[in-house]
Amino acid sequence: MNDGAARTLTYREAVREALWLELENDPDVFLMGEDIGQYGGVFKVTAGLLDRFGPDRILDTPISEAGFVGAAVGAAMVGKRPVVELMFMDFAFVAADQLLNQAAKMEFLSGGQFRVPLTIRTQQGVGSGTAAQHSQSLEALFMHIPGFSVAVPSTPADAKGLLASAIRSDHPAIVIEHKALYGIKGEVAEGLYRTPFGQAAIRRPGSDVTIASYSRTVHVALAAADVLASEGIEAEVIDLRTLVPLDYDTILDSVGRTGRLVVAHEGHRNVGPGAEIAARVAELAWRELRAPIRRVCGLDIPVPYAAPLEAAWLPSAEDIASVVRETVGSAASPKPA
Amino acid sequence: MVAAMNVPVAEAKPSRLDTYASLIGIRGFEERAQDLFSRSLIRGSIHLGIGQEAVAVGARLGSRPGDLVVPTYRGHAYALAWGMSFDAAFGELLGRVTGCCRGRGGSKHFADREKGVLPGNAIVAAGLPIGCGTALADRLDKRDRVTIVPFGDGATNQAAFHEALNLAAVWSLPVVFLCENNLYGEMTPLANIVRIERLSDRAAAYGFPGVQVDGMDVDAVAAVVGEATDRARSGGGPTLVEALTYRFCGHMPGDTEPYRTREEVDRWRERDPITGQRERMLGDGLAEADIRGCDDSVAAALAAAESAALAAPPPEVSDIALGTAEWMEWER
Repeated sequence: MNDGAARTLTYREAVREALWLELENDPDVFLMGEDIGQYGGVFKVTAGLLDRFGPDRILDTPISEAGFVGAAVGAAMVGKRPVVELMFMDFAFVAADQLLNQAAKMEFLSGGQFRVPLTIRTQQGVGSGTAAQHSQSLEALFMHIPGFSVAVPSTPADAKGLLASAIRSDHPAIVIEHKALYGIKGEVAEGLYRTPFGQAAIRRPGSDVTIASYSRTVHVALAAADVLASEGIEAEVIDLRTLVPLDYDTILDSVGRTGRLVVAHEGHRNVGPGAEIAARVAELAWRELRAPIRRVCGLDIPVPYAAPLEAAWLPSAEDIASVVRETVGSAASPKPA
Repeated sequence: MVAAMNVPVAEAKPSRLDTYASLIGIRGFEERAQDLFSRSLIRGSIHLGIGQEAVAVGARLGSRPGDLVVPTYRGHAYALAWGMSFDAAFGELLGRVTGCCRGRGGSKHFADREKGVLPGNAIVAAGLPIGCGTALADRLDKRDRVTIVPFGDGATNQAAFHEALNLAAVWSLPVVFLCENNLYGEMTPLANIVRIERLSDRAAAYGFPGVQVDGMDVDAVAAVVGEATDRARSGGGPTLVEALTYRFCGHMPGDTEPYRTREEVDRWRERDPITGQRERMLGDGLAEADIRGCDDSVAAALAAAESAALAAPPPEVSDIALGTAEWMEWER
């Protein structure tokens, strides 16, 4: 499926390419969302798709999230592969019943009679002054309620490959893009390829500490790792890519080598993904750990608007580096043999 | 690959006696459910529609074989009217492996993919957007199929009701919204929660027809739903049908019914749709003995299915994650 040739695309273009190729590949795939047709989406991800695929494949919806997400659930239950753009992740609360009571449960409560091959595409995160109701990171909700697979791409290549995998899945999937990443560029292979869920990527090898992250915070962690390297600390940066399923093997293997784990993400710390990852690693690799597992997260208050406040809310490279220094420095006892 | 859900078509038009059999089958099933519940053989709760059977059976008569239904948690009647077997229904009530959902759903979530029955929905009004989606899939794929979405009067104040009606209107979806107005939203009188006389008037706000029908008259419901499905099938979009009906039982077991009088219940019982159907058949010249023969055969089928379900094993615990995605981590 992968033609191999790669060229540089933006994250936005990579998402659009996955949509384009899946729309060409499968007549059951169609898109729904607010302003995705003529307007091309508020982040311009779907620009040009209406002209190419027409109004029966690219459906502009009313501002009616519970209505059109529910309609996508119903269409999926009778064999379509709807891809819904939820303009902002924050709007998931408006459609929460259809997402978490309906899509997430129909397969199970029907005893496996029905499948829900639904893909939700949305974007979240901090970085452009969108304030408390347009900046939240809500992936933990979809990790907590069983039913959805959850992808959180950090690169253009993954934005394309993970979305293609989500659309091909026979079960509900949510692909959470990051609003601050749409303009980043990276190598993206041509043609349709699918990046498997549940396979983390090591973005930077290192021997002293493992930093597990995803989405935009991977780039922050890599910046922190550069600073730390200049101080003689080699951090291994893992990009989880998907949170459900979550590749614990890669984390455990890395922690087996480094003995230290820092989890970094934008979502709130309290009952966030980092809490679950820390708990699992503590349960499974206690003897490997040479220091307490640490978390660097968004603050446990709503996201503020003003630039200095927003910057203070967000975990920075220095926040990560500082916690890593403490973690490395706290290794009082050597790793047991 | 998820196969498109296709339900077989072609079935002879049911006779009055067939319709009667359907009505008494549903009534008998729910009376047995009441009894099983009182004997603590059913878990959780059950929500019966005793007295409302003509709405479900009329809806079935007014639609074509192959049309879909998206029931609510008060949905036994629709599953059975759409052809679910008594075995699958009793099995699910009792949490047996023979149940339609293999014991995963229970009373509230009867589902039968082969018969065109989507899972009963226990969130009030949540089925309306879902029914828009099945209808949208059919419109996009140019399938000659209509979706019937029943719901109670209480659902008409949920956001999902309004969002679904608007979506169905703007997309001209082949869907029939079927409101069972039994005068009470759970335990609250309708007059306390809305300021309009006719719920069907709400369709006008979305730009499509709304009609009221006597929900105790199976033929009247069949005629009105038939017109609505014809319009939907020919690209004319949705209809809101308001069937005026009544449940003779409480909202749930243990409902003390302080919200209504015994006299009111008795007045509605005089309009029992099953009695009405018997009178029609006798008026047609059908012999009393033929009707009694039907009574007996339906009762025997119900008794046999109930016994079989009581004797059936529960689902295997080792199979607890049936129907979940392969990547779901569920082991303790």
